[in-house]
Amino acid sequence: MTAVPESPARPGTAPVAPTGQTWVRPPADDLPPVRAPRRRVSGSTPGDRLVTVGSFVAAAACAWVVCFRLLPWGTVPGVLVVTFLAYLAVVAVATSATQPGPQVMDRVVAAVVTGGAVLVTAALVATVAFTFVRGAGALPHLNMWVDDMAGVGPRDPLTVGGVGHAIVGSLVQIGLAVVVTVPLAIGTAVFMTEVGGRFARVVRTVVEAMTALPSIVAGLFVYTVLIATLGVPRSGLAAAAALSVMMLPIIARAADVVLRVVPSGLREASLALGASRWRTVWHVVLPTARPALSTALILGVARGVGETSPVLLTSGAATFFVFGPTDGVMNSLPLFIYTAVRSGEPLLVERAFGAASILLLLVLALFVVARRAARRRPSR
Amino acid sequence: MTTLREDLEPQAAAPATPRPVPRSATGVDRLFVGGARAVGATVLAITGGIGLFLAVQAVPTLQRYGLAFFTETQWQPEADVLGIASVLVGTVTVAAVALAVAFPLALTTALYISEYAPARVRPGLVSMVDLMAAVPSIIHGLLWAVLLQPYASGIARWLHTYLGFLPVFQVDTDPTAAMWEQSRYTASAFVAGLAVAMMVLPMACAVMREVFAQAPAGEREAALALGSTRWGMIRAVVLPFGRGGVIGGTMLGLGRALGETIAVVLIVSPSFELKVRPLEVGTNTVSALIANRFGESSASQLSALLTAGLVLFLLTLVINTLAAVVVARSRSGAGTDL
Repeated sequence: MTAVPESPARPGTAPVAPTGQTWVRPPADDLPPVRAPRRRVSGSTPGDRLVTVGSFVAAAACAWVVCFRLLPWGTVPGVLVVTFLAYLAVVAVATSATQPGPQVMDRVVAAVVTGGAVLVTAALVATVAFTFVRGAGALPHLNMWVDDMAGVGPRDPLTVGGVGHAIVGSLVQIGLAVVVTVPLAIGTAVFMTEVGGRFARVVRTVVEAMTALPSIVAGLFVYTVLIATLGVPRSGLAAAAALSVMMLPIIARAADVVLRVVPSGLREASLALGASRWRTVWHVVLPTARPALSTALILGVARGVGETSPVLLTSGAATFFVFGPTDGVMNSLPLFIYTAVRSGEPLLVERAFGAASILLLLVLALFVVARRAARRRPSR
Repeated sequence: MTTLREDLEPQAAAPATPRPVPRSATGVDRLFVGGARAVGATVLAITGGIGLFLAVQAVPTLQRYGLAFFTETQWQPEADVLGIASVLVGTVTVAAVALAVAFPLALTTALYISEYAPARVRPGLVSMVDLMAAVPSIIHGLLWAVLLQPYASGIARWLHTYLGFLPVFQVDTDPTAAMWEQSRYTASAFVAGLAVAMMVLPMACAVMREVFAQAPAGEREAALALGSTRWGMIRAVVLPFGRGGVIGGTMLGLGRALGETIAVVLIVSPSFELKVRPLEVGTNTVSALIANRFGESSASQLSALLTAGLVLFLLTLVINTLAAVVVARSRSGAGTDL
């Protein structure tokens, strides 16, 4: 929209002209074009950036004075917190010199929100980085990955013994739990979404309620029933049962959520073309939901593989390789970490960090696979 | 090339009768429906069985100890004194600390991802939060118990020094002593709460972010077109629309915080004192109690532990159900139908 220059020759203002005289409108090209400045709606001006940088410098200087000269707060968290608070104050003052109140509020809130996000990012990076840095002492030794702890004392060096038995135990237990829970969970989700009815609503209510079951209570349940009452010895089988009990409601609910968002238009089209309900589920619903379904399943498995409390009550802790789930006590990565940390021996804690790094690598790998699965589109 | 075939012309004689469409499943479908129902019944039996089992196991304990089970603070099976008052208070304290830390961070992170982040980094941030949810709790427990405890106790001492006049921040020691007693500030509900906050945060953040992203684009644009700043738009559109998600996500996180075991067991030193002093050494939670005591239990003690577990389960169940109701109400009802 360009501004029209005011001119006495407008036809609407003609009545003031004396009669008999003809006013000729000057051609518009002769007048210089007048442009109203456009309001900026996004981005930042050099002034804004200057305010940001200047405020940060001022805040850092303030923090130095406060933490090292005025008060005994000269620690890393102290300096960071004081810098952040001072930054908020300086930005508010500096912005209010040129901008109205809502703009000041906007800048301050943006700084708070960004600060929170940065802190959370830093926390995650620190979690992963600390684990690997502390695990770096144990990880390079090959025996850490392939040996077991049989005959290895708590003060033996890191070149002896390893967590191979815990890796095997984790894989056996989670594998058994997956074999049990995934078909049951997907079957239940199909039942709840595709068959429906009053009974399906009862099942859905109970399954959703059981997702609230704390994992330690699931472990205690299996311990009480299998081990204390039925006399089953502590073993990989009992641990897998505990993991299954914990994972079943979680995976079933996730699968249910995924299947529910399959567009019902697809289902109706399939049924209208004469397909049976079974064929509709097998050839339309499940393939459509496959990426999201595999993501939900893999994340459920990642949750299960890192869960300690059900395993703590049910598997016992072997120091040697056990491959059969019924061959008595077994170890797993989370349980190994737990027992090693509780022992308090510095070298065992070192091993615990190594095992934690391996566990984290396992979870990261599962996570990457889940992302890949989510991105894959079903072939047409 | 077209050929007319006379014999393929419609015969026009047979009256069209509607194909019978049976209401109940036939053929393979009968098998499918039956099989699906059987699977559903199995899962119902397993999951419902656990709930029933817990309830049944709780009966003898509650008959024996009565209401004193909820008011007694000590857990001394050898003296036949059992109660969960102090562990319940400890559980709630740890969860409260976790939420106090996690809630503001989850809210700001969710707002940043949905409103402030450049479009290029947004997917990366979303998977970062999801990844954070996948980090096993034993790793958080390990890090906080071994590495970060000294920093946490430093923060605790700072809070005690400057905010010690509030009863919540009381610790039974002198914070300004030349040699301050670090051991009084470690292994506390505060440190455990910080570790649990790391697990609660991504859950709450994911729910909030999803709800914020669903805020109607038309209303956002209307607010911006009326000249509001970005924060003005968030306050007028995004936050009111996402209120249910904020509350529901926080409550889901609370449910997780109440049931968290391993990080708490690794960090706290067990104590059965009934107190609300999160900064001071020693506390206990229901799940930590179970993890510490299950091995040495007789049948009746197992029943008592199961009762404590049932109470914890009911607590998280109520909170999760409320959260689900709140989140479901806040959905705009936009369908995904084609």
